[in-house]
Amino acid sequence: MPPRKVFTGFLLAAGSLAGSVLVRRRAARKRERVDLYSADGSMHSFAEGSPEADRLLPIAHELLAAG
Amino acid sequence: MLARMDAAQAIGDLTEISPQVRQVVAIAADGSVLGSNLTDEALGSRLAEGAGRLARAAEELRPGIHQLEAATLAGSVFVVRDADRTIVATTTPEPTVGLVFYDLKTCLRSIDGTLVPAPAPGPDHQGGEDAAA
Repeated sequence: MPPRKVFTGFLLAAGSLAGSVLVRRRAARKRERVDLYSADGSMHSFAEGSPEADRLLPIAHELLAAG
Repeated sequence: MLARMDAAQAIGDLTEISPQVRQVVAIAADGSVLGSNLTDEALGSRLAEGAGRLARAAEELRPGIHQLEAATLAGSVFVVRDADRTIVATTTPEPTVGLVFYDLKTCLRSIDGTLVPAPAPGPDHQGGEDAAA
């Protein structure tokens, strides 16, 4: 196979991979979540659907709707 | 003569430097509102009460929480606590989280401890040093 075709194929594959990573990151950012920060510096993140987030997110929705 | 920075002034500074922040309420240990950028006092009280519920629920899930962000599609709610005060803020969606936390902590500290010159007393003022320190 000519080196030029190999290079083009490699570029296409790399571009597809980068695109899928960007799409996944964007989708992840659009999910609702709650991040809890402890005084010791640790952080716990709970995405929507988890029991913790399901308990806290309704209160946040209420506060945002109040404004 | 010195006096504590007014909560409204500190919150005004915060909203000026952080355009992502929409509503801010500073809350005392007893749950009363220290200051806010809201003209509607009832709304400020509702936000303070809701922030208290949010912080208590978070504390039950993970004891020792001192700050949190609840990110929704409509915006985020931030709560930051220190020893005896809490500040709650709502923001636009996808805010710069670290920056908002930093600005809220700075605001909380400035309400708590920063001393600024108090207005000069009137001509009939006969002493009685300001006890705020």
